[in-house]
Amino acid sequence: MIVGTSGLVLNEKLLFEHSDPGRKGYSLPQLDVPAVQLPGELCRAEIKGFPELSEVDVVRHFTRLSTWNYGVDSGFYPLGSCTMKYNPKVNEVACRLPGLVDVHPATPGHLAQGTLALLFQLQEMLAEISGFAAVSVQPAAGAHGELAGMLVIRAWHEAQGNTRRTKVLIPDTAHGTNPATAALAGYEVVPIASEGVLTLAEVEAHMTSDVAALMVTNPNTLGLFETNIEAICALVHERGGLVYCDGANLNALLGIARPGDLGIDVMHFNLHKTFATPHGGGGPGSGPVGVSAALVPFLPGPMAVRDGDAYRFAGTAESVGRLLAFHGNFGVMVRAFAYIRSMGAAGLRHATEMAVLNANYVRARLEGAYHLPYADRSLHEVVFSDRDLANDCHTLDVAKRLIDYGYHPPTVYFPLVVKGAIMIEPTETESQETLDEFCDAMLAIASEAESAPELLKNAPVRTRTRRLDETAAARQPRLRWEE
Amino acid sequence: MRYIPHTTGDVVQMLERIGVGSLEELFTGIPASARLKRPLDLPPAVAEGELLRELKALAARNATPSSHLSFLGGGAYQHFIPAAVDLLISRSEFYTAYTPYQPEISQGTLQAIFEFQTLVCQLTGMEVANASMYDGASACAEAALMSVRLTRRRKLLVSRALNPRWRAVIATYCRYLDLELVEVGFSADGRTDLDELRGKLDSQAAAVIVGYPNYFGIVEDLCALAGLAQGAGAKLVAGVAEGVALGLLKSPGELGADIVAGEGQSFGLPVAFGGPYVGFFAARMKDVRAMPGRLVGETVDRDGKRGFVLTLSTREQHIRREKATSNICSNQGLCALTATVFLSLLGKEGLREMAVQNVAKAAYARELLAKIPGLSLPFAAPAFNEFVVRSQKPLGEVLAGLEAQGILGGIPLGADYPELADAFLVCVTEQHRRADIEVLATSLAGGAS
Repeated sequence: MIVGTSGLVLNEKLLFEHSDPGRKGYSLPQLDVPAVQLPGELCRAEIKGFPELSEVDVVRHFTRLSTWNYGVDSGFYPLGSCTMKYNPKVNEVACRLPGLVDVHPATPGHLAQGTLALLFQLQEMLAEISGFAAVSVQPAAGAHGELAGMLVIRAWHEAQGNTRRTKVLIPDTAHGTNPATAALAGYEVVPIASEGVLTLAEVEAHMTSDVAALMVTNPNTLGLFETNIEAICALVHERGGLVYCDGANLNALLGIARPGDLGIDVMHFNLHKTFATPHGGGGPGSGPVGVSAALVPFLPGPMAVRDGDAYRFAGTAESVGRLLAFHGNFGVMVRAFAYIRSMGAAGLRHATEMAVLNANYVRARLEGAYHLPYADRSLHEVVFSDRDLANDCHTLDVAKRLIDYGYHPPTVYFPLVVKGAIMIEPTETESQETLDEFCDAMLAIASEAESAPELLKNAPVRTRTRRLDETAAARQPRLRWEE
Repeated sequence: MRYIPHTTGDVVQMLERIGVGSLEELFTGIPASARLKRPLDLPPAVAEGELLRELKALAARNATPSSHLSFLGGGAYQHFIPAAVDLLISRSEFYTAYTPYQPEISQGTLQAIFEFQTLVCQLTGMEVANASMYDGASACAEAALMSVRLTRRRKLLVSRALNPRWRAVIATYCRYLDLELVEVGFSADGRTDLDELRGKLDSQAAAVIVGYPNYFGIVEDLCALAGLAQGAGAKLVAGVAEGVALGLLKSPGELGADIVAGEGQSFGLPVAFGGPYVGFFAARMKDVRAMPGRLVGETVDRDGKRGFVLTLSTREQHIRREKATSNICSNQGLCALTATVFLSLLGKEGLREMAVQNVAKAAYARELLAKIPGLSLPFAAPAFNEFVVRSQKPLGEVLAGLEAQGILGGIPLGADYPELADAFLVCVTEQHRRADIEVLATSLAGGAS
């Protein structure tokens, strides 16, 4: 069955184009205190251009907009490295419970024991899952957790008196955030090569006395476990450095291996990937950071601690400091907490096993029709390329044609080490039936490339808008509505 | 497990297709030495009903508006949220989508962000706004770094009247970037000390960073601050911790700010123990290429139909890598949508009316508290919905006395301002009824002070 079809799609203007002076979409109570005004010179005349809409206008507007989107609830979303697993509904109820959603962040600790207990338990559970000594949950997203981690690494070095380590080694398979983060921590980036996986020799050749850390992703962005990781960590440590791990791909390891046990010193989690919290169309995420014992005092804080039966926030003098105004994306943490409590140890391990099974199944079904640049045993995701496609059809064309078939495309053109990469991460929440339908679509597209390439070149045709002119958008940026 | 659809039969078939004999064989790429040799030590899994019971039990141990009358603010504000807000953002086509990398099937998210960017521009009086930042504090830190990029100078002058948590975040971001952070004090009226600022501004100053309103609720003289900063070749960064104030106050853009970094929590987001919130970030169009974060732009598709895409991404980490303007990737998309829905409902009149009510209610509270013997209001400059109260009686006793009557009276200031060890910060919004304010005053007059 082809999932994609055409139906009635409703047009919708911009909010501002709907606006009609005098319309109201709110109700506020009558002012019950004397009307006191600020001095006139401090006040604006009006908010120029701001919309005036009724509640019905607003509800229809956003409902229509929502129908132009594709989410995990709409269908299969095999976006590599993004772990778009199903987002359980009970977690949405959990994070909205009165007593959690309406607690002010400056509430005195003795009146916020429930939220503190939840934060503490989440810190502990994440530490157990990852094998780290402690976890700070303050960072708001993966890249924010990376920043926290690299600041911790730098703070540790400085506390040892190592001020001459100014460089960070980053493999060519890394996420773009890794080098950007290293720079934000004041480090110079040294790219190193991988051969699918990182070799001890390559690290050894670059691990000089001015290198503070190695940043790795494990499993890496090719879906391959870094088989030399233990020896690499030992070498980096021996030469006075630390190892940072991007935890984006932790979904491949739950209950199977723990990064903290491998010699890794610091890792960030993506609760919006591994722990099933929704990605929200681009956040909010949550990027807790875990560290080995020696680095614990440097974690961002304050963190939740337990004294007997009571919980409180505590900071340390060595901490790299605060990364957000308050305690992190608490609502996201409630969802992740609910997920871990629902899954338990066996459930998490089962999730990883089924995620790896699904990726390998897709690989087995598509191998041959699509070029597989790395033949090693892959874990939770698999990377193909467009090398063997006929008639000058490329990865982008496959992606757009998949939309017509009713699927969100995989991650494309990443990792950079694979030309025309097609990076597929099915996750564990997809059935064999869904995977078969998707693989049928992928195979059909490969033969369309031979028989009817215009179907790929013209795609998508079933969507509300067809391919958009990104060059024009960048050449003459229109970044806001104007009358 | 109800989230995982595989039957035993499916697993057998799939393993066969893959050509391996067991699930274990799929993991042979992981060396034996790296494997965990025991089950994870986690609490036993709970069923849906049990989970909610457990969470409700935790929730019952927290103070909330149902249990306590709260005057806490300080960067997180209790405002009215129309019912339509949460119902609309709960459309799962919005909340279960990823970042809009495939624009043809992300037009809902993209148009909403374009609308968010427009609303932020209108509110702040600026020319360009991004798709959101993590929160107000981290947005302000990014604004500090942007001013360094723009001026190629390395000194940041930060007002002590800026929210102390925001100052802490700025310090964290700047920690290893070889930048100099210089504090500028506040005057007797609670505003940033212009004379002190004048003395500290020099040819190395990249930015002057102030709160608008500041941490004491006071409306800074942005026009004078912009004049001083720009006179020395520095940028003025206005940090807006309480977005509702922009419904009434002159916009930072109109007063000359170069960058506005704000917190959008007041726009429909629950206080939620500190997050998720949403940072907003606005600047001048000439500086757009130095901005951090994602930007959505208008364009057309192959048929000439209007549509929206992520644009100017050559500033960003996935293209520029270590030379990017920021490492930010995921931001607070759904929270930006929340703010967009909220602001659409409130609209031009509603946001102003909400702001007017905040001013009037806070003024009423000030008036009542100022009459209570033993209490005084140190700062005279005009304020929005927060104000500082000094107490002759030890502050711990005062706040504990209020708490015994079910009132959270405010945030003590001593930890961040030793000179205000006897003072606390009171926040009053449109959510407080006249009777609530009078209960606070009566409790303080009746011995809590």
